[in-house]
Amino acid sequence: MTETLKLTVDRRDRVAIVYTEGYINNQGGEEIAKVAYELIGEGYRNLLLNLAGTKIVNSIGISILIEVIEKMLEVEGRLAFCNLTPTIEKTFHIMGLAQYAGIYRDEPAAVDGLKT
Amino acid sequence: MTGDAVLREVTLTLPMSPDMEVAASKTASAMAEFMRMSPEKVDEVRLAVVEACINAFEHSHARDHKVHLTFAVLGHGQPEKLEIKVHDTGVGFLVDSLEEPVLADKLRAARKRGWGLKIIRGLMDEVEIASGSSGTTVVMRKLR
Repeated sequence: MTETLKLTVDRRDRVAIVYTEGYINNQGGEEIAKVAYELIGEGYRNLLLNLAGTKIVNSIGISILIEVIEKMLEVEGRLAFCNLTPTIEKTFHIMGLAQYAGIYRDEPAAVDGLKT
Repeated sequence: MTGDAVLREVTLTLPMSPDMEVAASKTASAMAEFMRMSPEKVDEVRLAVVEACINAFEHSHARDHKVHLTFAVLGHGQPEKLEIKVHDTGVGFLVDSLEEPVLADKLRAARKRGWGLKIIRGLMDEVEIASGSSGTTVVMRKLR
């Protein structure tokens, strides 16, 4: 049994949005990191992860997301999340992620927040 | 827990293989839904089980390469709490030696991992860990 993660990227003015669909485990986290580093290489400094299609994120996947946050801080960029399940949002707060990454209810609010 | 009757119990033994934690989480979901927990609580139980299994997979070094789970619905006539035991026969660890992860430190550290128990404790109502040379057992409980 393998749970694969599907990613879709929407490159917009000043913000790149990555849509996830599926389980974010170690492989899923690596996939997200790869895409995020490509977007940073393209010059994007505002990244939004829209997790509407993800119902579960494990701690290994989140650890890789922490690497992405670290990278964003290095390039003086910002990473944000939106459309989290209550449990994913609670987990991010347990870990303290909200101090370093924006957490928004939905995509319009996140895009507005990243552009200001 | 003393005084609680076991209303329903399911045992599961899983190989320590990729994504087997998801199979465990599905049993957890089914048991929590049987108890009519809220969807948010079901999800919290599910993730806690995922984390407990991953910890066993990654750190136990169990020779049988298996993790043993027991899911028990406890209560007095009506389901009151879900108790989940996750057991491995690995090398064990010193529970008191574990340091609480702090994100500010992890951001500067090469190793970003080590969040499993913090997440489990944050999501479940009660967590007990017993570990020694014959293995590790994590007991987690969630009230309905």
